[in-house]
Amino acid sequence: MVRDITIGQYYPAKSVVHRLDPRVKLVSTLLYLISLFLFRSISGYLVATVFLVTVIRISRVPFSFIVRGLKPVVLLLMITVLFNLFLTRSGDVLFHAWIITITEGGLVTAVYMAVRLIYLIIGSSLMTFTTTPNELTDGIEALLHPLNKIRVPVHEVAMMMSIALRFIPILLEETDKIMKAQIARGADFESGNIIQRAKSMIPILVPLFVSAFRRANDLAMAMEARCYRGGEGRTKMKPLHYKHRDYTAYAIVIIYVIAVFAIGRYLPLHIWIF
Amino acid sequence: MSIKLEHLNYVYSQGTAYEKKALNDICIEIPHGEFVGIIGHTGSGKSTLIQHLNGLIRATSGELYYNGENIYREGYSMRGLRNEVGLVFQYPEHQLFEIDVMTDVCFGPKNQGLTAEQCKERALEALRLVGLKEKYYNVSPFELSGGQKRRAAIAGVLAMRPKVLVLDEPTAGLDPKGRDDILDQIAYLHRESDITVILVSHSMEDVAKYADRLIVMNRGAVMYNDEPKRVFEHYQELEKVGLAAPQVTYIMHDLAGRGIPVRTDVTTVAEAADEILRAVGS
Ligand SMILES: Nc1ncnc2c1ncn2[C@@H]1O[C@H](COP(=O)(O)OP(=O)(O)OP(=O)(O)O)[C@@H](O)[C@H]1O
Ligand SMILES: [Mg+2]
Repeated sequence: MVRDITIGQYYPAKSVVHRLDPRVKLVSTLLYLISLFLFRSISGYLVATVFLVTVIRISRVPFSFIVRGLKPVVLLLMITVLFNLFLTRSGDVLFHAWIITITEGGLVTAVYMAVRLIYLIIGSSLMTFTTTPNELTDGIEALLHPLNKIRVPVHEVAMMMSIALRFIPILLEETDKIMKAQIARGADFESGNIIQRAKSMIPILVPLFVSAFRRANDLAMAMEARCYRGGEGRTKMKPLHYKHRDYTAYAIVIIYVIAVFAIGRYLPLHIWIF
Repeated sequence: MSIKLEHLNYVYSQGTAYEKKALNDICIEIPHGEFVGIIGHTGSGKSTLIQHLNGLIRATSGELYYNGENIYREGYSMRGLRNEVGLVFQYPEHQLFEIDVMTDVCFGPKNQGLTAEQCKERALEALRLVGLKEKYYNVSPFELSGGQKRRAAIAGVLAMRPKVLVLDEPTAGLDPKGRDDILDQIAYLHRESDITVILVSHSMEDVAKYADRLIVMNRGAVMYNDEPKRVFEHYQELEKVGLAAPQVTYIMHDLAGRGIPVRTDVTTVAEAADEILRAVGS
């Protein structure tokens, strides 16, 4: 049931992408996301697609797993596409009926927008699939370290993030268990109107909150018992070090960004002219 | 009136990296009215198995018959099944949610469509059965101690008057008296009201004392399925899979090994005492 949500979950596999330094993956993901907005032509999309598919292949995360991660955002995607489709007015009118007008420009923008969003989501979920939450927060902490100088509590923020990430699967599992227990007592989550359905969530939400607070309490206690005092003077068990492959990865990503920029700009393969 | 599992398999998260085979070709039959113990090491699939019994999880392959009817048949009423097969989860106290104990225990009966009067009547009966003191009936369940919460949660299932009562380690984390209280009440219920009881437990002593039959699980498969004393004869094999026979089994085997003519297939302390007295007296 709730286990279908794969966003923000690690997918264990042995691949170069998994072994990369988390900082490389964070920066590369950011660059990839930016690169998606550097072009408006088919050729640019081609390069971005080739790059994404190659990275997915190398990462050994099955394609079906990645697609499943898209499911929760389908609604958001649809809304964006529909808005673009109906509200953009440029180019020839392709279809007109009543108050609905679809123009060529609208269609093209809608398609581009959808592809962009999907690539955006796949790109960022690929990072979380190949990086454990711990590595991820280590990476974020290292990258944001300079902000310490302007008194941003980087370590604390990173710690909160890693705890929050750690709790997602635990709470999902807990939800699953509580749901089953209440179904066993005859609870019904499917039938009825909206109000009845909202009401039927109470038997899940109350125990879930209680358990979340209990776990938070336990965790705080366990951390204090081990003398956790925050980031000041704290050293790492596994400090991050760049290796050869990390520099190579940086180089590849930078080449990709330049390529996408150049090709998208100077080799426009416009099939639809607008 | 029986439960029958035929070549049941279950795989968690099939088709992902987390794929995990939890049940492997389970074939068992539980006749009506029996008291069955299920025992097995941590992670052997006990909880997974019992969640099949009221259709909470659907077998990856294989069939499950309740009273001769295949529950995976198109159009089978799972609601009806869950009305008859009551399942008390491991740590059931985590599912309490109502403002007071009474209302929480009434949740099940209310979902069965009973009137407020009937619900209350059943809740009172169930609460009395689990031995929760009357002063707690109108207290918030979150103010109870762990053991009291456990009793309230078990009452929540008993109040539905299931024909088959499945309990997943109902006594984990309770003190010895609390443990005996609850198990004695369940045994009493089993004797008095003609229900099937399926008890998952880690304690050989407990299942030996109450169960007519014992199912031993090992790595997702049924290892033994027999009377307790027959199962305990394999105490050496049991040890190899991280289990053990009740302590009296060891004592009796030791005594027999030293030449005292005792039977080694007794399962409870009381039986052992009688047997030793008999052997020494003769
Ligand atoms: N929700 C789940 N998702 C994936 N795997 C699971 C899940 N629940 C259990 N498993 C796995 O299935 C196997 C059987 O688990 P199960 O909970 O049935 O064991 P158990 O016999 O009840 O153990 P215990 O005595 O600790 O309660 C275990 O190896 C476990 O890791
Ligand atoms: Mg279990």
